[in-house]
Amino acid sequence: MDDLLSEFLTETGEGLTTLDVELVKLEQNPNDSELLGNIFRLMHTIKGTCGFLGLPRLESVAHAGENIMNKFRDKELSVTPTGVSLILECLDQIRDILQTLEATEKEPEGDDTDLINRLNAHAEGGDQAAVPPAESPSAPVEAGMDRLDHIPDDDDEEDELEKAFRLALGPDELAAKAVEVAAPAPEPVAEVVELKPAPAPKSVPKSAPPAAPAAESTTSVANQSIRVSVEVLENLMTMVSELVLTRNQTLQILRAHKESDFATPLQRLNHVVSDLQEGVMKTRMQPIGNAWAKLPRIIRDLSHELDKKIDLVMKGAETELDRQVLELIKDPLTHMVRNSADHGLEIPSERIAAGKPETGQVILNAFHEGGHIIIQISDDGKGLNTDRIRAKCLENNLASEADLEAMSDQQIQQFVFRAGFSTAAAVTAVSGRGVGMDVVRTNIEKIGGTVELSSTEGKGTIFTIKIPLTLAIVSALIVECCKERFAIPQLSVVELVRTSAHSEHKIEHISETPVLRLRNRLLPLVTLRDLLKLSDPEAEGEQGETTELREDNFIVVSQVGTYTFGIIVDRVFDTEEIVVKPVAPILRDIQLFSGNTILGDGAVVMILDPNGIAAATGEIAVADADMGGYEDRHAAAGEEKVAMLVFRSGEGAPKAVPLALIARLEEVDLTHVESSGGQHVVQYRGQLMPLIPMQPDMKLEKEGRQPVLVFSDRERSMGLVVDEIIDIVEDRMNVELSAEKQGYIGSAIIAEKATDVVDAGFYLTQAYPDWFGSESGKENFESDRSRILLVDDSPFFRNLLMPMLSVAGYDVKAVESASDALSLCEDGETFDVIISDIEMPGMNGFEFAEAVQENHRWSKIPMVALSAFASPADLVKGRAAGFRDYVSKTDRGALLTTIQDTIAELKGAA
Amino acid sequence: MSDNYQENEDFVTFFIAGQLFGVPVLRVQDIINPQRITPVPLAPPEIAGSLNLRGRIVTAIDVRKRLGLPAREGKDCMSIVVENGNDLYSLMVDSVGEVLAVDESSFERNPPTLDQRFRDYSQGIYRLDGRLLVILDVNRFLDYGRSADAA
Repeated sequence: MDDLLSEFLTETGEGLTTLDVELVKLEQNPNDSELLGNIFRLMHTIKGTCGFLGLPRLESVAHAGENIMNKFRDKELSVTPTGVSLILECLDQIRDILQTLEATEKEPEGDDTDLINRLNAHAEGGDQAAVPPAESPSAPVEAGMDRLDHIPDDDDEEDELEKAFRLALGPDELAAKAVEVAAPAPEPVAEVVELKPAPAPKSVPKSAPPAAPAAESTTSVANQSIRVSVEVLENLMTMVSELVLTRNQTLQILRAHKESDFATPLQRLNHVVSDLQEGVMKTRMQPIGNAWAKLPRIIRDLSHELDKKIDLVMKGAETELDRQVLELIKDPLTHMVRNSADHGLEIPSERIAAGKPETGQVILNAFHEGGHIIIQISDDGKGLNTDRIRAKCLENNLASEADLEAMSDQQIQQFVFRAGFSTAAAVTAVSGRGVGMDVVRTNIEKIGGTVELSSTEGKGTIFTIKIPLTLAIVSALIVECCKERFAIPQLSVVELVRTSAHSEHKIEHISETPVLRLRNRLLPLVTLRDLLKLSDPEAEGEQGETTELREDNFIVVSQVGTYTFGIIVDRVFDTEEIVVKPVAPILRDIQLFSGNTILGDGAVVMILDPNGIAAATGEIAVADADMGGYEDRHAAAGEEKVAMLVFRSGEGAPKAVPLALIARLEEVDLTHVESSGGQHVVQYRGQLMPLIPMQPDMKLEKEGRQPVLVFSDRERSMGLVVDEIIDIVEDRMNVELSAEKQGYIGSAIIAEKATDVVDAGFYLTQAYPDWFGSESGKENFESDRSRILLVDDSPFFRNLLMPMLSVAGYDVKAVESASDALSLCEDGETFDVIISDIEMPGMNGFEFAEAVQENHRWSKIPMVALSAFASPADLVKGRAAGFRDYVSKTDRGALLTTIQDTIAELKGAA
Repeated sequence: MSDNYQENEDFVTFFIAGQLFGVPVLRVQDIINPQRITPVPLAPPEIAGSLNLRGRIVTAIDVRKRLGLPAREGKDCMSIVVENGNDLYSLMVDSVGEVLAVDESSFERNPPTLDQRFRDYSQGIYRLDGRLLVILDVNRFLDYGRSADAA
């Protein structure tokens, strides 16, 4: 039997049993609203699943029952024994249908019109039920059934249910039809009818299925599996993890004693623990097909919407992986499939012109490979247009022309994963909803996976995702550097190379950068010692010589995406199964570690994060190398593009907020929202995150999902609840200011629409009144507040930063040009810190800084440069001009910290 | 949460540079002898590293460094393990004293002239016979988000 169907049977069976009990309880306590809500939810779930599986008969019965429950819940109808009996009758009917369904895997033929009518009548008028017209319009439902019945009865490999699913009407259509059925019912006919007992359901299928042996039907599917709460499994997993650790420790001790009586029993223990680990892991395993269940529907809708013919092929749906991992990849996968269908495949006419079959294919393929799961999403569409990506990179200043010249096509294609990148020329309703491939990559990397793409123009694109089977226990390589041990997840280790001055592999230097010749390629190297700023206790004497490499080194060749690099370490030990534990919050912002663990000998070691290492060294150097040059061009162009997230909330114009302020976009499951102290909160990454509705009068639903913009500042997060996220738009900002409405900075034309620009700070302080004040408060206990001069030509940023700095306890004066600032100087004003933009019309930031240095009155005032981008090259240039520090405009935290440090230093010196 | 002291009058006391400190006894998970500590590269200087306490990873914080005091002489020191959120922290102190039950009436707020760092992390002072007991505000002491910059 199909997994989906048997799961449905189990679930619904349980649901029905609970419903029976709950309904009886309800009859006794008709006013228990919690009970009512519970019953309604159960009923609703049953209905929803039926619709999803394409079981129209069940759905229509459940729907009618749900109707009444809905009225009970909304207090439109009082709970009466008659009503409850009707619902119970409805449940019995569902149970009957389910039984046949279980035996034959098909819905029995039959007519529930009578029951449905009585249910509907009750829903409309309580006991004063009116008889609907005799010829009840059940035709649409039957139409749906007809389509179901027309499934050819061949027994080929293809899953029947899946076929039925494709043939059947979508749940929405069905629901619509079911409503149609229900709607005409309340035609009021004066006659009052007594309620007849339900006719015996005609649940005997027309042609009894030959392939349903009696023995099988006695053991109901519903009893073959039990449901265990995920929590129990998680706990079990944690215990096993601990057991594995203890086993490792014991084995370590055993190794020290060659001849031991414990050897044999410990070996046995070792095996049992391994088996146990495997067994428990298995309980958490789910076929990846579960994550794919929604996709056929999505593809079907897409093909209608986009007028494309799309065939979705799913291979290896039975490949199993950890449910935690499964949950985490569900959304990225959906997004990627959507992307392939929307951006990848061409419309039929283009396909024919290109000599391809009219119907495009999106192929999903999952398989195991060496402790990992590989998921490939490929399409036979037009492939990535490297030229367009190149142009887009230049346009968005992701790389310079010279960089792009030097890159291979494949390297250029990887830019698709960069933030702020979408190749679709037009944003459709389907994809390009702003949350792009960069989010996909981030999500996959978060679970220790990698994603790569390769594309041939005109042929198609293949995305390859490689993820670990499980998150809890990973195999890691233990290395040593300066007498400290570290773990590197095996997943990202490609190979190990030993170098010495005399062997064939030796480390060479270009300037001071170490590289290694490896199979005719130059491999960039990073030294772990420098990266972690470690010093060897034995080599203490020759300090400062940290870049001096020893003769013998081990190089761990690692791969992150398509970027391969070597990590130089002192020694390499063996690999060990480690249990990843998160690091303390204090240490969480150290990018280079993904966690820590306890090794077999009981020592704590840090787990290195190859992604973090790549980000901290190589990858950035490759892609962002020429930022300095870009700044100049940027200044010449004299325009400042800001990426804005456009969303909808409440009535009126769309709203926008600078993307840089947003930490993440999330969809919050409303069933998880709790209320605490009059504030909505939700558990988010192990902490409680307050949810602030964008509209004060906005009511949160009890269930469903709601988009939330997450703002984070160090440990704290806050979610702004909005109605819908529309898009990310990168545009020049011309904000028309208005201080009339609280919470808004003003309005601007974004994507040719008048848009309200939201003052994020207003909402942040709603969640935490001291959001901005907390860090700086103590710096300003002296009675006079520090004065800050803010020079920025963009009214948008002036208005963004001014309130923020004021809230943080500074006295801020903002001017729009360097010359205005200098005239303030002549007027005799004085400040504690000057913060200045770099790109400004007239005198730019660097010139301004030089002018200030030359001016006697102001030459002592520390200056902080502010720019949309801050790269090392800018830093050097800024320092030369006289700036003390260089901060990215959109990084509030860094700005506040810098100001605070600057002032603290100033006070210390005075 | 800063009102904890009114319910708990029992404090585990410890010494830092001769000053007597106390933490509410209910916050204390354990008192441990010197342990093998794995240093964490790139961490703030007062974080001595991580250690393994019966299978749980504990972050060790040098209280002296956190308070801006000079490092202690000699390497070995006692630690008081406290729980914050779901994480364990071991506070490395000079020595651990006895558990004191104190009279609530002897409580006083921080004198405004108290050194900034002490004031940040002190919940208040108890007047004991012949000496003063500074109550460590564990939440604030471990709240790195708030004061990471102060380091």
